[in-house]
Amino acid sequence: MEFLVASGIGVLTAAGVYLTLRKRTFPVVLGIAMLSYAINVFLFAMGRLMVDRPPIYGKDVAEYTDPLPQALVLTAIVISFGMSAFVVVLALRAYLESGSDHVDGDPDDAPDHEDVLARQQREDER
Amino acid sequence: MSDLIIVPILLPAIIAAVCLVRVVRLSQLARLLSGASTLVILASALALFLSAKDGNITIYELGDWPAPFGIVLVLDRLSALMVLLTSVLGVVVLAHAVLTGLDRRGMHFHPLFQFQLLGLNGSFLTGDLFNLFVFFEVLLIASYGLMLHGQGQQRLHAGVKYVVVNLVGSTLFLIAVGILYGVTGTLNMADMALRVAEAPMGDQPLIRAGAQLLIAVFALKAALLPLHLWLPQTYASTSPAVAALFAILTKAGVYPIIRVTVLIFGADAGVAAFAPVGWMLPAAMLTILAGYVGVLAARNLRSLAAFGVIGSTGTLLVAVSLFTPKGIAAALYYMPHSVLAGGLVFLVTDLVRRGRGDDEDHLRPGRPFARIGQVSVLFMLAAIALAGLPPLSGFVGKVLILDASAGAALMPWIWAAVLGGTFFAILGLARAGSTLFWKAQGEPAEVPPTRHPFETAPAWFLLALVAGLTIFAGPMTDYAGETTTQLFERTPYIEAVLGEAPRQAEGLR
Repeated sequence: MEFLVASGIGVLTAAGVYLTLRKRTFPVVLGIAMLSYAINVFLFAMGRLMVDRPPIYGKDVAEYTDPLPQALVLTAIVISFGMSAFVVVLALRAYLESGSDHVDGDPDDAPDHEDVLARQQREDER
Repeated sequence: MSDLIIVPILLPAIIAAVCLVRVVRLSQLARLLSGASTLVILASALALFLSAKDGNITIYELGDWPAPFGIVLVLDRLSALMVLLTSVLGVVVLAHAVLTGLDRRGMHFHPLFQFQLLGLNGSFLTGDLFNLFVFFEVLLIASYGLMLHGQGQQRLHAGVKYVVVNLVGSTLFLIAVGILYGVTGTLNMADMALRVAEAPMGDQPLIRAGAQLLIAVFALKAALLPLHLWLPQTYASTSPAVAALFAILTKAGVYPIIRVTVLIFGADAGVAAFAPVGWMLPAAMLTILAGYVGVLAARNLRSLAAFGVIGSTGTLLVAVSLFTPKGIAAALYYMPHSVLAGGLVFLVTDLVRRGRGDDEDHLRPGRPFARIGQVSVLFMLAAIALAGLPPLSGFVGKVLILDASAGAALMPWIWAAVLGGTFFAILGLARAGSTLFWKAQGEPAEVPPTRHPFETAPAWFLLALVAGLTIFAGPMTDYAGETTTQLFERTPYIEAVLGEAPRQAEGLR
């Protein structure tokens, strides 16, 4: 189970970092969401991975799982949910006002457009 | 007395919520409430400052849960100083925003402003690492809103970047907190200090990794090179009055660097002892140069001021990253100066921008404007403060920093960076001032009808505070020295938080 959880966190983080470094806002937002999922699982795992143990006090229970990381994850989820909603609205607003969803917001050096032109040029030459 | 600690956190929360009500928001009542609340916070911050001055460490247990199980607010000399600085700057910026009508440009200025104060005060007062994260989020959310206040395309695009950078920063913060909790089993800073000190050899590398990550996140907030790239565009595209308040946001990154490194990762923390000491000093020196060279290269006054803030925070971080009592004491004298001077430069920028009309704050000769004489004097004094020339307090602060670095291995480099940075800053500011004020010619610009007769008053007040910091440099350095002594003597802090016999908590675990 440790291996599964650890590699899950690793894959999510890697995907999140990759997407966050993209140039358009949509993948960036997705990347942030992935990063925050990874962190939530990571925080949860920091209370040690236990199966079938209650996190609250009971008279006939001897072993507990640590309840604090669960509380932390709950807080982190709420905060990251609010932040994601905000960044989505902000990105949308920036896109609608400027007509460009590039993170740098400079349509002049939009590489996608250049790529298209360069490809056309290459085809013309052929 | 200890109940007073909660006022700077609770009051803005309530007032912000009240200001959100539609009736209040649309009337003059919001201004009144927000102003009154900021003044009351200032009064309580003064009272807290006076009570912490004698070296008392006061604790407030939220929900009456004792540490380390509950969250505590801790008031010592350092947090009292930071709260006082926040509330002073808050009053000045709010006065400027109201006098210039900035708060009427959007609907939610006052609630956001109060939430901003709440987040700042909370992060300075809390004694719990996860709670620090929560207050960081509060101050960040409020700063996103304030940064976008008034809107505009440029501001929105800068806003997206600012938000994304800080969201990634928050993620790293959580990883760091997670690692430290996983190893030590606590989030209370005082408790963690004890646990880190007695951590087994095998856990220490992990603690060191957590410490480095945590300090890196704080360095991001403090705009330490190479994590400073978000700052110039953000500060230059928001309204200058808001940027003046943001002058303390970078210090909200410097404060936890001092607190966490000295308290938790102190001399007895094994391999994690003073974890950032290796890389922070060179990075801080490069930050000074990046900031002040940016001042020289800036094309408008707002980005000039933003780079000035980077340079001044870099100077502060050089003193901090020595991690010697003398260095921290110098940093604590330079901290209030850096906040006040940064705020002052932005307020003057706003005055210039409002006066010049179409030319805004571009560094090109324009027409003279009403009160250009007064504003030019303000600009000159603000420039002196920012660059750290005599007679204002920046000079005293820089001398203290140079003196503190006297024994350090990198001393020639530190002196070169600080003095070279000052040189670039003087050049940049002199160029800006002569372009804006001496080369102004032609017909005077029309006076906009909205101008308030007292709109220069907040800037003069800030300047008076900087002057006060110079005149009372003696008591102020004494206070900085006492604060440093308190920081490095960690036992009273830990005992105040965890009770007389901190080891008692061990049995309950």
